[in-house]
Amino acid sequence: MAQPTDRMYTKTHEWVQVAGTEATVGITQYAQEQLGDVVFVELPPAGKQATRGGVLGNIESVKAVSEVFAPLAGEVVAANGELETHPELVNQDPYGKGWLVRLKASGAPADLMDAAAYERFLAEEGAH
Amino acid sequence: MHRYLAGEDDRRRMLAAIGCASVDELFASIPAAVRCGELPLAPARSEEEVRREFWALAGRNIAPECTASFLGAGVYRHTTPAVADALLQRGEFFTAYTPYQPEVSQGTLQAIFEFQTFVCQLSGMEVANASLYDGATAVVEAVLMAHRIQPDRPRVVVAGSLHPDYRAVLETYCRPQGLTVVAVPWADDGGVDAAALVAALDSRACCLVVQSPNVLGVVEDLPALGEAARRAGALAIQAVAEATSLGLLAPGGAFGYDVVCGEAQAFGLPAAFGGPHLGFFATRQAHMRQLPGRLVGETADADGARGYVLTLATREQHIRRARATSNICTNHGLMALAATIVLSLLGRKGVREVALASHATAEYLKAGIRARGSGRRARLAFPDTPTYDEFLVLHDDADGLLARLKDELILGGVSTSRLGGGLPRGFLVAATEHNTREECDRLLDALRRLA
Repeated sequence: MAQPTDRMYTKTHEWVQVAGTEATVGITQYAQEQLGDVVFVELPPAGKQATRGGVLGNIESVKAVSEVFAPLAGEVVAANGELETHPELVNQDPYGKGWLVRLKASGAPADLMDAAAYERFLAEEGAH
Repeated sequence: MHRYLAGEDDRRRMLAAIGCASVDELFASIPAAVRCGELPLAPARSEEEVRREFWALAGRNIAPECTASFLGAGVYRHTTPAVADALLQRGEFFTAYTPYQPEVSQGTLQAIFEFQTFVCQLSGMEVANASLYDGATAVVEAVLMAHRIQPDRPRVVVAGSLHPDYRAVLETYCRPQGLTVVAVPWADDGGVDAAALVAALDSRACCLVVQSPNVLGVVEDLPALGEAARRAGALAIQAVAEATSLGLLAPGGAFGYDVVCGEAQAFGLPAAFGGPHLGFFATRQAHMRQLPGRLVGETADADGARGYVLTLATREQHIRRARATSNICTNHGLMALAATIVLSLLGRKGVREVALASHATAEYLKAGIRARGSGRRARLAFPDTPTYDEFLVLHDDADGLLARLKDELILGGVSTSRLGGGLPRGFLVAATEHNTREECDRLLDALRRLA
């Protein structure tokens, strides 16, 4: 499956879209398929400092609870409040309405993949 | 050849199978310094000799049924109908293992669901778990939950009148987690010192733990204390050591508390040395994801019929591993069942009647002690403060007095010297609906002669 080319990806299956100093973070189509039906999303409060690779939040599906890692360092500006009542948006629209948090990036992104690289990564992982 | 233990032949074959020449070689990796060497055991005795020794030991016990017992301090004697034990000991309940598989555990799960419902009703809260080990660990779980919710606040403010045993267990858990327990003293009336409390509740406090009725027997001002916690941004936790008090006194749930938890032994469990006990834990829906322990939920099966399952299990250790909300992976199912049976037999009215009768019995004793005047050696510690079914009597030599009472088969109370926690010299007297007027008069008469 083709990944959106307007953003970058992590090996832990988050996506990040940077616009100026603001970065929006979510999980990928592949991640939501692996999780199954999402029933609860726990996100950090605004103002929390995220470190790159640190735990941003938790996504709970009917099968498991998985951590979401911050693709880059920054201060949490906003969390997607819509997910409190509609966690299924993460399944239905992971690249759109299912976004998780917005960060005010404090460091440059590093070790991220573009869409093509992420697709190769998924292929190597035997995901397709 | 020994009847139960492996013989020399078995031992030799086992050693051969694992490739060791001797037992010493098998344990060679254990340093000599940590070995206990030969245990100083008495010589072996016959079955009959052992039986006689145990009967002799048993004979030194005083059966509480043969005494006038006013023991409490965290464990309370109430009347339990025989039907409770009869149901409890049915094999289906008595031998059931933890209900992982809902399809074969509907009876157990339904009983736990009903227990949770009773706990919510008694505590005035929205969610209750399937039970914990005891009151002390329930308080610990409440504090750890408060710290999970407010991880940047490492202080735990507790009323100094929290049961010293609960306090000790709490300290044990808090120290390695970097949490500091700050105790607020009680005032002259036995309730939490309000000024000291406000000072202790700073922006580092994740929660306030108040026991009511407290270990001195005193009923705390729950609304005011809860408000103080809320103003400081700390979670308000009510600990309950005598669950029947909830039949008479408004619970923390009525005053916006975040957690009401404690000990429910009073419902259906005998007063036995060492337990088993029954921890209960109830909280608000808002904290549900941080709830420790098992939770049973009601659902519908494929045919739409009502059924019960373990729910929100993703909080638990078997799924969430190190990040589970608690290391408890079980509950006190049989004890919870005992409480459920007793509570369903009593009903709302019955629970209130038990509470009223227990309170009235304690008040009768208090009146008898008060009538003797304040100059006496045994006197009420807090004569003007409301109590429930337990109160503190001040006495310089409580241990000596209680020993003299015991000679008359009166277990007059629990000496504060056994509890620690800086309690005044004296003894706690607990009276429940189980105590007759005649027993109360025996105690009052004996105090008149012996105190």
